[in-house]
Amino acid sequence: MTTTPAQSSQPLSQPPRARAAVVRDALGVGVTVGLSGFAFGVTSAGSGLSVAQTCVLSLLVFTGASQFALVGALGAGGNPLAAVTGALFLGVRNAFYGLRLSQLLGLPAAVRPLAAQWVIDETSAVALAQPDRAGARLGFTVTGLSLYLGWNLTTLLGAVGAATLGDPSGWGLDAAGPAVFLALLVPMLRPGRPRPDRSHERHDRPKRAARARLRGSRPRISWGHIRERQEPLVAAAAVVLALGCLPYVPAGVPILVAALAAPAVLAAGRIGAGARGGSA
Amino acid sequence: MIWAAVLLLAAGCYAVKLLGLSVPAAALERPLVRKLAALVPIATLSALIALQTFAEGRTLVVDARAAGLAAAAVALLLRAPFLVVVAAAVVVTAAVRALTG
Repeated sequence: MTTTPAQSSQPLSQPPRARAAVVRDALGVGVTVGLSGFAFGVTSAGSGLSVAQTCVLSLLVFTGASQFALVGALGAGGNPLAAVTGALFLGVRNAFYGLRLSQLLGLPAAVRPLAAQWVIDETSAVALAQPDRAGARLGFTVTGLSLYLGWNLTTLLGAVGAATLGDPSGWGLDAAGPAVFLALLVPMLRPGRPRPDRSHERHDRPKRAARARLRGSRPRISWGHIRERQEPLVAAAAVVLALGCLPYVPAGVPILVAALAAPAVLAAGRIGAGARGGSA
Repeated sequence: MIWAAVLLLAAGCYAVKLLGLSVPAAALERPLVRKLAALVPIATLSALIALQTFAEGRTLVVDARAAGLAAAAVALLLRAPFLVVVAAAVVVTAAVRALTG
């Protein structure tokens, strides 16, 4: 696997300055994202969960999207089992982070059950960005610790604060959930691994297509390009499925129906590829 | 029932995290499994955004939440930090409610 952009000359133990940079980056991510537990605390309390239930979610579930999904579905009067299933779908990606991290961090078996709770988007992003094992371990630990403390503390503050704010919809707080999901979704729609600055990529592709048109040739459409378009296609299909079936199925079920968009788009892509392969 | 859902989700999410750290890589490294794991959260998040913005019980409505979501989208286009994106949605939704309600 090539998760580590290998700098073969880099020694296993980092110089102090490199360690300080890792700590600074990790703390930056951990503290900023940790603060957003406030939004979760307010949303959860506004959905009708108690302060204790809200805090237990942040302590034990500790994966933001799943937590927002659960309280959103419960708040809308959804069936609890359907709410849990939908929220679990969102947590599945953590298994794939764990897969990469287990090779990168090389954790002893005894530490694994403890480290597992911190395997989330942010810790994985920081750890995978480090050039060696020592840096990855340091980044993972500092991000995990600062985020875990921050997320749980601000969850408590948000949940307690919501009780004094009253009805969340009066303050527009019911719009916090969709905004959180949108902020999580947008990076996923971009193909490839997240990188610090992707602004150039976004403008690059249309330009390349325009150049190709100028040369009088059609932009090259390869199987790779079509695969890249699967993410927006899945998103659009999921929206149509969820809103389309909303009037006809019990609360909480539309989200499960919408999840079918993923295998459906994959299957359609395979059929398309097969047909093209046959004619070529 | 809420407690049961909370604890069930906690157990499930922890199991999924531990699974990734523990299983041999070959079990989950198949391209189809990887692709599905990347696409299912996209489907679920997209559906959640749509439902929590446009659903009122079992009917579809366009109300102040839609304006809030649009504000969040603009904030994202401007590369605003996470908390600013959420705050934009909350403030715009509250403002539209105050003006129209």
